[in-house]
Amino acid sequence: MNERERILDKYSARVFKNRKDHIVELDDSGMPKQIAANSRSVPGLMVNRGCCYAGCKGVVLGPLHDVVVLTHGPIGCGYYSWGTRRNKGRAEDGRNFMQYCFSTDMQEPDIVFGGEKKLKQAIKEIVEIFHPECIMICSTCPVGLIGDDTSAVAKWAEETYKVKCVAYSCEGYKGVSQSAGHHIANNGLMKHIIGSGEAKPDKKFAVNILGEYNIGGDGWESERLLKLIGYEVISVFTGDGSYEKIKNAHVANLNLLQCHRSISYIAEMMKTKYNIDWIKINFIGIDETIRSLREVAAYFNDPGINARTEEVIASELEEIEEDREYYREKLTGKTAGIFVGGSRSHHYQNLLADFGIKTLVAGYEFAHRDDYEGREVIPDIKLDADTKNIEQLTVEPDNRYYHLAIDKEHFDALKEKTDLEYYAGMFKDMGDGTITVDDFNHYETEKLLELFKPDIFYSGIKDKYMIQKSGTPSRQLHSYDYSGPYACFKGAINFARDTYMSIFTPAWNYITPPWYSKPTLEGRIGAEAIAGGEQNA
Amino acid sequence: MLDATPKEVSERKALRVNPCKTCQPVGAMYAALGVHRCMPHSHGSQGCCSYHRTFLARHFKEPAIATTSSFTEGACVFGGGSNLKKAVKNIFDIYNPDIIAVHTTCLSETIGDDLNSYIQQLENVPEGKIVVHTNTPSYAGSHVTGFGNMMSGFIKYLSKADAVKNGKIGIFPGFVNPGDMREMKRIAGLMKTDYIMFPDTSGVLDAPMKDHYEMYPKGGTKIEEIVALGSCEKVLALGEVTCAPPAMTLKSKCDVDFDSLPLPIGIEATDKYVMALSHFAKTEVPIALEDERGQLVDVILDAHPNFNKKTVAIYGDPDTVLGLASLVLEMGMVPKYLLTGTPNEEFVKKGQALLDKFGVEGCKVKANGDLFELHQWIKNDKVDLMIGTTHGKYIARAEDIPLVRAGFPILDRYVHSYMPLVGYRGAMRLLELICNALMDRRDRDAKDEDFELVM
Repeated sequence: MNERERILDKYSARVFKNRKDHIVELDDSGMPKQIAANSRSVPGLMVNRGCCYAGCKGVVLGPLHDVVVLTHGPIGCGYYSWGTRRNKGRAEDGRNFMQYCFSTDMQEPDIVFGGEKKLKQAIKEIVEIFHPECIMICSTCPVGLIGDDTSAVAKWAEETYKVKCVAYSCEGYKGVSQSAGHHIANNGLMKHIIGSGEAKPDKKFAVNILGEYNIGGDGWESERLLKLIGYEVISVFTGDGSYEKIKNAHVANLNLLQCHRSISYIAEMMKTKYNIDWIKINFIGIDETIRSLREVAAYFNDPGINARTEEVIASELEEIEEDREYYREKLTGKTAGIFVGGSRSHHYQNLLADFGIKTLVAGYEFAHRDDYEGREVIPDIKLDADTKNIEQLTVEPDNRYYHLAIDKEHFDALKEKTDLEYYAGMFKDMGDGTITVDDFNHYETEKLLELFKPDIFYSGIKDKYMIQKSGTPSRQLHSYDYSGPYACFKGAINFARDTYMSIFTPAWNYITPPWYSKPTLEGRIGAEAIAGGEQNA
Repeated sequence: MLDATPKEVSERKALRVNPCKTCQPVGAMYAALGVHRCMPHSHGSQGCCSYHRTFLARHFKEPAIATTSSFTEGACVFGGGSNLKKAVKNIFDIYNPDIIAVHTTCLSETIGDDLNSYIQQLENVPEGKIVVHTNTPSYAGSHVTGFGNMMSGFIKYLSKADAVKNGKIGIFPGFVNPGDMREMKRIAGLMKTDYIMFPDTSGVLDAPMKDHYEMYPKGGTKIEEIVALGSCEKVLALGEVTCAPPAMTLKSKCDVDFDSLPLPIGIEATDKYVMALSHFAKTEVPIALEDERGQLVDVILDAHPNFNKKTVAIYGDPDTVLGLASLVLEMGMVPKYLLTGTPNEEFVKKGQALLDKFGVEGCKVKANGDLFELHQWIKNDKVDLMIGTTHGKYIARAEDIPLVRAGFPILDRYVHSYMPLVGYRGAMRLLELICNALMDRRDRDAKDEDFELVM
């Protein structure tokens, strides 16, 4: 039995039938591999997935610091998504709504008689107390069930209070994971926010960063390098992002796509609507950061930008050289497991490789097939009922802001040799008997630890302590264990430092008490005692 | 920090800002983790289960296991019965607990899933295994209510009154940390009491590091102990708001009498607990425990100039806040603001009664409040100290007030869940935390010429 079969062995026929297609062994034969992804989790399996609301409010909308994001529902959902995702943000005027949790705290009568009245009153109070320019309403499970028309309330709010107000029907039961929430958030931003600003697309080296949530300050580090090179960062979706900035996202010349899973919808729609090209970049990992910076420079094809790009790369590399060597020497030959999100498990494999760490097992919580297999499979993906229930927004070209950044010849040439409008997925960087698991669960994690014995396992808080108690160092790649940034050159060193720390922290040597291997009771027994005459004592 | 919070307090009828409570299911999950070899199960969307496990793991820095029915839109339309049935089979097949404790969510409550009949109709429960449930609609009460409801769920399914009483006392510890439960048990042991603690998360959510992972550590109330609660002589419901309702459930099902006592935080509340145990077990209070009490009074007297008449805002869960208020009053402090997010008017009455007893005036007590309002009160009339959960750190920073962390949840510190707040020892620890916070502040703010070596 190979490892894959040993993992699946415990399952009943029904669960086996489901899970077998989510676990794929990768070899070097070059045969294309297919994985089942973005489908319903098996009830009762302890999965790490969250819900649609978590993807919409928690991930995509939560970081917008000048927006009052109002959770319409009972108190829990708003409470759990308050300040818990490390998407750092600063507001120039100090009015940072990310420090707040806003909820309608629905009570039983609201469920019975409908919650629209309370929602309207809550919006009135928000306007009177906080005077925001933009309010976003996020629905939780019961709202959709009782049929509150939150879009109508949003429209009412816009007319009554002259604020921007957008409603997101991101009830937790929609879709099969956070991923549905990302999509719903993308749709709302595209419909109501992007392009609602008045700025004109007349800039030369202007970019948006998409799918960068500024966890641990990653976005700030990427932005720092881009600015050093000479780019203007129009907006970031959505780490340290703001309504003020993303409403003018349409003026950028190029969209840099960090997290393919959560925000490729906006990248594609902005291409259609404004003709803004997008490129899959990755600022996690040293080699990947260099590749990304060079490909973005190649897009703009400007001598100044090209020169500055090489200067910045050289100077950053020089700064980290000593640390890079040190950690590479310490970490080379170590092995890792990595299970997180819908893009990170791929991104971080590149960073691990920078330090000589091999990834033995990897997987995603909520990715789709294209995140594993590459965008070429998109036409083959069958949409199931859960996906079809999420609106597939179609957009039309917007003549006011439609603009051309590069000509077709240059575009085609770049498409050949860069990740312009392409994402290769995770599989192509794996192989050699490694295993990929989609929508991994507690049992499978235990089994993977047992079979592969990685030196470190990157996951989230729900399994962190289980992994650690199994004797494997574990670090959270959602929150970076409250460290970071991990992006770009200096971030890579932070990551290596933290990894080294977790593998080598002295406490690992104290797990087994000395009395397990050495006697604690001293005395004489048996024949020795008899010989000593103690029998008669 | 919190720059958008105006000083002027305005009436809010609908908007909750910066809550001081969360929803019922997380409390139910926590209570279920206090039962040996139990798998808590969340009957709703995956997100609920994920959020609750995350919160418990962040507070305890321990694995918090639980499963979910993983509702999709289909389940909302057709009901969650099929999902529950599949889940139960898979949980027993793969994770092999002795008991599954199902709690509902706002989703399954809103569609009206009938858990009683779903559980009766389960055909795939292996011999000797048990499935119980409770209703925990997130749109009523708070996580504290959910904790009590889950206790009631276990009692309704399992507790039985035998013809003969078993000579034991049931101890319901309230929504407290494993460290508190250990301390309550230590005191009960010192009092030579034959007790059943329910639930009991010690040995589960403070399990030691070993050379292997145990999904079900050795702690937790055993199923047979929950059954035996029905034959107890009596129950001590510690934390009246949290534990009186499940004690009532046991009373009506098995006719076991109960005494409602405050959480044993501070001198008098601990005295009450000790006296109740003494009265029940007919044992004298041992010198060792009396000495602990004497030491506590001793350190309060020693250190009192550092905290006497200092004002403090206390916020969190009702029983915890009342307990902390009781301690600070004994220390001579002024609990200027007592606030809980849990809707419970008993809290207000009891809080006011405490203030009256110590003759302290000009304080506010509020249930169903939020931290936004507490912040506004503080902006209008500042306090010297805050005691409460992690979420108060924003206010503490905004207003530059020292914060002592106590209660649930504490997401940003370590070790707290091992250390008791209850008992004389717990009070001594709290006194140290309070005193250090105030004295560190005095050190920090002192001019060079006022900086004291000896204090």
